[in-house]
Amino acid sequence: MIRTTLHSADVARFSWGALSGYPARTLLMLLAMAIGVSAVVVLTSLGEGARRYVTGEFASLGTNLVIVFPGRSETAGISPSTMMGETPRALTLDDAQALTRSHSVRRIAPINVGSSEVSHGARSREVVILGTSHEMLAVRHWKLAQGRFLPPNDLDTATPVAVIGSLIRDELFGAQRALGRWIRIGDRRFRVIGIMGSEGRSIGVDVQETIMIPVASAQQLFNTESLFRILVEAKTREGIEPVKRFIIDTLQQRHQGAKDVTVITQDAVLQTFDRILGALTFAVGGIAAISLAVAGILIMNVMLVAVSQRTSEIGLLKALGASPRQIIVLILAEALLLSLLGAAIGLVLGQLGSLLIRQAFPDLPAYAPHWAVATALLVALVTGLLFSLMPARQAARLDPVLALSRR
Amino acid sequence: MIELSHIQRTFQVGDQTVHALDDVSLDIDAGEYVSIMGPSGSGKSTLLNLIGLLDRASSGSYRLNGEDVTSLSDIEQARVRNSEIGFVFQMFHLVPRLTAAENVELPLVLAGMDSAQREPLVHRALQQLSMTDRMHHKPEQLSGGQRQRVAIARATVTGPKVLLADEPTGNLDHKSGQDVIRILEDLNDQGLTLIMVTHDPEMGGRARRRLHMMDGRLHHDSDEDSNDDSDDAA
Repeated sequence: MIRTTLHSADVARFSWGALSGYPARTLLMLLAMAIGVSAVVVLTSLGEGARRYVTGEFASLGTNLVIVFPGRSETAGISPSTMMGETPRALTLDDAQALTRSHSVRRIAPINVGSSEVSHGARSREVVILGTSHEMLAVRHWKLAQGRFLPPNDLDTATPVAVIGSLIRDELFGAQRALGRWIRIGDRRFRVIGIMGSEGRSIGVDVQETIMIPVASAQQLFNTESLFRILVEAKTREGIEPVKRFIIDTLQQRHQGAKDVTVITQDAVLQTFDRILGALTFAVGGIAAISLAVAGILIMNVMLVAVSQRTSEIGLLKALGASPRQIIVLILAEALLLSLLGAAIGLVLGQLGSLLIRQAFPDLPAYAPHWAVATALLVALVTGLLFSLMPARQAARLDPVLALSRR
Repeated sequence: MIELSHIQRTFQVGDQTVHALDDVSLDIDAGEYVSIMGPSGSGKSTLLNLIGLLDRASSGSYRLNGEDVTSLSDIEQARVRNSEIGFVFQMFHLVPRLTAAENVELPLVLAGMDSAQREPLVHRALQQLSMTDRMHHKPEQLSGGQRQRVAIARATVTGPKVLLADEPTGNLDHKSGQDVIRILEDLNDQGLTLIMVTHDPEMGGRARRRLHMMDGRLHHDSDEDSNDDSDDAA
């Protein structure tokens, strides 16, 4: 007939009554817990957002991409010397052509970059000119807004055609039709055959503000043989490493044994950034978790106060036949309820916070990662319980006679 | 029913040993009405707490219903307290945030009883004390006498054999005090063993058996009466 275990519904009811009986104390603890949890959610969503943003930017460069540029550099970055073109030996169109001779290579796109005065009628402006090839569109996953891309001619055919960015189109032609019209780039004339839309935004280049012409035309325009980059796309992800070796070997052979090019894979850069930002998110999450632990300590203090506040109540429960274990269960249930509620509020606040961040910075996919949300909830519950163990045991050890005689 | 033999209860205060109870031996039969009187510090409350298993003897033995309860664990003592003993305090000790009915229900909750079983018991206990119309009131909405009635209902709801009352009228005016005493005596008439601590000679004088404590010792026991009405108790 008589059991020592309490019904969980009774425990919940009793704990809830104890919490709502002391609203100020309860609100304070909920606040502490909620701030801790929401801090974890918001901070990790920021970190994760930054990571996803950067990863997304890199992915938009193209997949399975290997980038070749002249000059040796130990780090995979762009040094001033490569920017200035001060390289021992230039990359040439023949070099680019040679790189197509591998089964693992799907396509290549050479790039030549310069800047030139561009004009149509009375309007003119300085524009970044990309000399490249037909394959560029596919390599970079770009999409045309109108017309055609550069024709699939041989690389060394200099056709006077241009694909212009939509912003250039607006500035040179206004509301007029641009396709089929002639523009002047430097001292040459080019026919507009295509217009790039807004799809091709990626790090460093905004195709809406560039003009693309065949690479041979650019070489004539800027009077140079050397290429700025060669983009090589491997057929598969697994093919990236062989392709990289193939490029190094081929170019070393062609350059009389000199290792004077730098080959970077997008994958490596991507992974590095991914790692760095992942670690950052983790660190930020860790910092936030410390604030959660602080919330736990706060809970311990307030629970201790709660126990001493309710000394006579605990003494009474003992007199009515509550075992020490039942007292512990009741106090812990109260802490658990508090932590749960606080964590739930914190979760809502945190998600609201990341929503605000996403609205303020639409480019940043600031979603808290699931592991962070789960960890925040877990840490909240565990600290809430752990830090209430001591007050609960203290309550269980209370001498009922003393507790009851206190007024 | 209650058999205390050579009970010692000592406290260490600084380097002095205080004998709160000094070699107390006492037998109380079922259904008795016992008052414990004496000046403050004479050990009467300590004796009551010891009988109620809220306190442990330093030495000596205590048998309740023939069972040695001195050696029981905390959990077992709690169970005995829950089912065998009812407490009524001077300060009422109702939980302020709970209603009268919820306060009465508390011992049954701690016993792990289902709520469907609890409800009729709570109702009957409150009914017995004419408190059913106030069962959903909070303690602060009740007068002192009503609070003590709720406390008595809580003490009797588990159907205990012993009711321990520590100055049950100490916080009440004369009329409510008389009222509460009559209720306790009615319960005693129904067979409940009533042990009451009081410093009021008038209250204490009403009991059929009167114990006087002095310096932790049983000073005087009016044990001349034969316990005629103990037959109908369990």
